[in-house]
Amino acid sequence: MIFGRRTAKSLENADLAPTIEGRSLWADARIRFFRNRAAVAGLVVLILVALFAAFGAYVAPWSNEEVDWSVLGQVDTMGRPSLASGHYFGTDELGRDLFARTVQGTQISLMVGLIAAFIAVIVGTIYGATAGYYGGRIDNFMMRLVDVFMSVPYMFVLILLLVIFGRSILMLFVGIGLISWLDMARIARGQTLSIKNKEFVEAAHAIGVRPSTIIRRHIVPNLLGVVIVYATLLVPNMIIYESFISFLGLGVQEPNTSWGALISEGASQLQYGTLWMLLFPLFFFVITLFAFFFVGDGLRDALDPKDR
Amino acid sequence: MLSFILKRLAVAIPTLLILVVFSYVIMYAAPGGPFDTERTLPPEVMANLEAKFGLDKPLIVQMFNYVWNVVVHFDFGPSYVYKDQTVNDIIAQGFPVTLTYGFWSFVVATVVGMTLGILAAIYHNSWLDYLAVGISIGAQVLPNFVMAPILTLVFTLWLGWLPGGGWQGGQWQYVIMPVIALSTSFMASIARLTRSSMLEVLNANYIRTARAKGLPMRRVIFRHALKPALLPVISYLGPAFVGMITGSVVIDIYFSTGGIGVFFVNSALNRDYSVIMGITILTGALTILFNLVVDILYAWIDPKIRY
Repeated sequence: MIFGRRTAKSLENADLAPTIEGRSLWADARIRFFRNRAAVAGLVVLILVALFAAFGAYVAPWSNEEVDWSVLGQVDTMGRPSLASGHYFGTDELGRDLFARTVQGTQISLMVGLIAAFIAVIVGTIYGATAGYYGGRIDNFMMRLVDVFMSVPYMFVLILLLVIFGRSILMLFVGIGLISWLDMARIARGQTLSIKNKEFVEAAHAIGVRPSTIIRRHIVPNLLGVVIVYATLLVPNMIIYESFISFLGLGVQEPNTSWGALISEGASQLQYGTLWMLLFPLFFFVITLFAFFFVGDGLRDALDPKDR
Repeated sequence: MLSFILKRLAVAIPTLLILVVFSYVIMYAAPGGPFDTERTLPPEVMANLEAKFGLDKPLIVQMFNYVWNVVVHFDFGPSYVYKDQTVNDIIAQGFPVTLTYGFWSFVVATVVGMTLGILAAIYHNSWLDYLAVGISIGAQVLPNFVMAPILTLVFTLWLGWLPGGGWQGGQWQYVIMPVIALSTSFMASIARLTRSSMLEVLNANYIRTARAKGLPMRRVIFRHALKPALLPVISYLGPAFVGMITGSVVIDIYFSTGGIGVFFVNSALNRDYSVIMGITILTGALTILFNLVVDILYAWIDPKIRY
């Protein structure tokens, strides 16, 4: 009898480990995810970008604040990307090493994206699950509040916050975190509405489990799949927000930098022909966003039961 | 219908009030005032200035006066930094520009996005479909602040076809790049949304029935498929509008179009509170109004919604 390779492998596994672990929802999802080539490529790119952010600083011969006096004033000729001078990505208009600055920008942009998505996941999931589970008037009030927040041009409010409480990275986190959870709350609520009518929730309710415990132990774990998918799609959006703010010069301040700030600097130097100042940060920005979107789509196909 | 509109208004107006109160309170709580300069003013001068702008009264009174002036007289007060201008002057100066390219961006994003999405769905899995999907994925990672420098690089520096900035009363050469930069990512989202919802509709039973009756494909699409397919797209128009208003800040800065965004960012940097407030409230009001219109449109088109 001839088995396909996969059949043979699964039989082998079944023999060696006769537990049900191998067929859990998560294992299924993992298999589906790794079959999706675009998603895997995205994951690889993300890992590479993360490695670049983590270890790039050790590779760079220059630090991000050091000014290379020998290129100052003639950046368009001397500051070109070259291996010989140690400026792998060239220098910026002030003679600082663009490689080191791109590393730093990558660190900050990734950090903002991840932290904002993290806040969104925590706040949005709890908020949405609570609203959805209690329903009725509480739900109505809580979701109206979300509607109100959503109908405000948040970018203006965010800039307002940054102006008033000072332009710091912390404030940027708070400001972006403040608005990022709204979509997540809606998604979590929608899912909760369908979960709360399932038998296991009813059973928990029947044996007298408190509502807060039901939400924590029964509702939230079942939301996890959808939440992870949207969190992955949220990260690139948060990176875009941060870059937008930094592009305007209202986000991270010197000597710190981020992709948005670097793109802005590069764009302002366009007419001098120093294209590398724009293209290197832009390259990292674009591939990372692409990768996040692909990974997010892949995760959605893998985890979201609706799209199967 | 009327009661539905009234109900939505009942939400919209408090929303706007909350926005005003919220921004006023954090503005009030902010360290540093509009008259903090490098050298400290004598206390008498300071007191005079504060009296002139009504800043010596308690918060509640100030806020009430402000809201009263805005609502009744449509007067946002004087600018703290541009001494000889009121906020109304600034808005009157910048707003027409923003509206012009904002309007065209909106039209381009909607029309091109919908057309692309519909064609992609009709010719599913053809080269046209792949092209549309490719464009919409690519444009997703090209927000306005990325598009703007790329466009300038290609069309101004390399090809020399279009001017790199300025407005010149809205001549078409000056409008093209702002419109493209602002509309690209929204066009992509609209195309993607339209495509997926059109695909869903085209697979529905009633479309099969219509085709089984022998209706020509064109008629099936225009009479039966288009309306339900465009519903989800309509609900996206609200967020798209907000995004474009926000994006106009980048456009104004990058292309020096002289729209409202320049004033907003400059005021933010100079702590010109009244201008920031005025612009925030104005865009907030516009957004809320637009969402209201979209909601009504949706309810009007979708027979399933009972209001």
